[in-house]
Amino acid sequence: MAELDKKDEPARNAVDETPNVTAVNTVEARSEAEAVVALDAPVDRGEPILQVRNLVKHFPLTQGILFKRQVGAVKAVDGISFDLYQGETLGIVGESGCGKSTVAKLLMMLERATAGEVFYKGQDITKLSGRALKAVRRNIQMVFQDPYTSLNPRMTVGDIIGETFEIHPEVAPKGDRRRKVQELLDVVGLNPEYINRYPHQFSGGQRQRIGIARGLALNPEIIICDEPVSALDVSVQAQVINLMEKLQDEFDLSYVFIAHDLSIVRHISDRVGVMYLGKMVEIGSDEEIYDHPTHPYTQALLSAVPVPDPEAREGRERIILSGDVPSPANPPSGCRFRTRCWKAQDKCATEVPLLAVPERFKDTDSPVAHESACHFAEEKDVVHAA
Amino acid sequence: MTTTAKTADVPAPRQDGDFEGPLLEVRDLHVEFVTRDGVAKAVNGVNYTVGAGETLAVLGESGSGKSVTAQAIMGILDMPPGRIPKGEIFFRGQDMLKMSNEERRRIRGRKIAMIFQDALSSLNPVLSVGYQLGEMFRVHQGLSKKDARARAIELMDRVRIPAAKERVGDYPHQFSGGMRQRIMIAMALALEPDLIIADEPTTALDVTVQAQVMDLLAELQREYNMGLILITHDLGVVADVADKIAVMYAGRIVETAPVHELYKRPAHPYTQGLLDSIPRLDQKGQELYAIKGLPPNLTRIPSGCAFNPRCPKAQDVCRTDVPQLYPVTERDGAELAGRGSACHFWKETIHG
Repeated sequence: MAELDKKDEPARNAVDETPNVTAVNTVEARSEAEAVVALDAPVDRGEPILQVRNLVKHFPLTQGILFKRQVGAVKAVDGISFDLYQGETLGIVGESGCGKSTVAKLLMMLERATAGEVFYKGQDITKLSGRALKAVRRNIQMVFQDPYTSLNPRMTVGDIIGETFEIHPEVAPKGDRRRKVQELLDVVGLNPEYINRYPHQFSGGQRQRIGIARGLALNPEIIICDEPVSALDVSVQAQVINLMEKLQDEFDLSYVFIAHDLSIVRHISDRVGVMYLGKMVEIGSDEEIYDHPTHPYTQALLSAVPVPDPEAREGRERIILSGDVPSPANPPSGCRFRTRCWKAQDKCATEVPLLAVPERFKDTDSPVAHESACHFAEEKDVVHAA
Repeated sequence: MTTTAKTADVPAPRQDGDFEGPLLEVRDLHVEFVTRDGVAKAVNGVNYTVGAGETLAVLGESGSGKSVTAQAIMGILDMPPGRIPKGEIFFRGQDMLKMSNEERRRIRGRKIAMIFQDALSSLNPVLSVGYQLGEMFRVHQGLSKKDARARAIELMDRVRIPAAKERVGDYPHQFSGGMRQRIMIAMALALEPDLIIADEPTTALDVTVQAQVMDLLAELQREYNMGLILITHDLGVVADVADKIAVMYAGRIVETAPVHELYKRPAHPYTQGLLDSIPRLDQKGQELYAIKGLPPNLTRIPSGCAFNPRCPKAQDVCRTDVPQLYPVTERDGAELAGRGSACHFWKETIHG
């Protein structure tokens, strides 16, 4: 049923000339469809398009010049698993150094994983190389954080977007490329006549649109967005977020949306994963994470977010964590959050908590029952506590 | 006045001179930069005042002139290409723009200090943090190296850097982002200035660390009864600490208000747009409100109200007449203290 609905969307968009109205319609249609599905067991939510299993990335630390020996490793990503479903947005939040950008690179195969698998449509892409990898990459594209450094200043916009067609010539025949690039510019809301301009002639928001056009060029199924709006001004952020949501509906894209701005992640995401020091500590639907967080780190993170409303925040409890994130080269034993956690007990230092639905919530049907990697998981509403 | 305040005791109230007015007053400040494409008018007539113990937040997007104003106050503007064709900056009643370089130097650091956004690039990577902190005392107070070092340790304690004694010889790269920002704060506090200008002090930090740093800054400010100018683009950070807010757009202040008032009832369409574009809970799945268009190019600021091409309320008068900062009143004409809006249609904006 959900599948049927989705297939109709692109067609409807193509006919309808008013994108605003369609966007709203399709979103409604989708959330309805999702609501229906959500009543069933969550397993039935269609086939995941991307399955990540125990993904690990350790960067070796070496000593010596000629005879390098490994003296340790920065455990940037240390065993994370999640699924990405067709047409959904998975938000990944966490502080700097928690490994969220490394996850993005691993999914893109820009870095080779130390261990673990990434299944794209059932195929483990971490083992691929050469032609097979190139074919997969066509379907997984990336939008980078900094629109100032991710565009080559010596190439025109047409060359930047058109370069993707040189690498994957099967997508657009040679004579057709210029027209195709202009179409893409139009799709992301830029004037197609700007094709011969250079990146420096654009503002930050416009450059991010170019980055998005480049990501879209090969008609990918998955776009990995690494902090796509954090370098933009507040008034422009909303424009880019709206564009990304519109494109998702239009092309049935799946997003992995990595960001540190929790309110934006909540706005755009269907599900949210929270990372801390290379581990996924909590994952669930946006409502489960924001309204019913059970992991202490998620609670602290949510309570620390500055709220742009002085009255709302005065009644709020704020959990201010002490200290900094420990070094990923030498993470704490057991639970990695225990050094900053106010609930930590002896058990936390010895046993690594697994990311699973906590035992005591297992039989409840409430939104509290979602995966959380804490021995002492309990609900605490930090967002609207008064 | 002594600077050897111990961690516990509260410094005596300040008595520098017998000046009664506000600590800092900026009057009709203009700053322009000469570029290849013409003259970029970064600041076009900014007025604000900051009193002792008061926090003024200057809110604006990049290019709104908020940092340039701060640099002009500090006297660290690159001139040329920058120049100040007009305006006055009074610090305790004295116009700093008329002072000699030597006089300004004596104020800088000692009376007015600045905290920069990016601690990693504002600290010297080849000198230990202890040396850099001690420099304030060596240069301004002529202390010996040994004494300066002891004072540096004291300062690091103040901003709650753990194991200050052991870490005083460490280099900036050995500290985490939050710790580096604390060192920047310590450096600004070193000579117990009357006024601190913090330019996006937490933008480069993570939210959990951001909360720590802002709390520290607010606490130290209360303790020393300092004036604080907080420059930021983050509406959330402002709501946390500011007393009053000045919203800047294209080099002008478009709205001033006490912090609670601004969020409750914005009186300028730009402020309203900014507040509306923040994702809210009840808007999930809907399109976000977005201010259309882009901030103007400072070499070609639109005539009339600079916001008119992006404004949903724009009329003909907005394209021709520059709106002054009108005092904002209640519907019945009752005065609203500290509120002003540079919009021809502020009444419609605030009262609907």
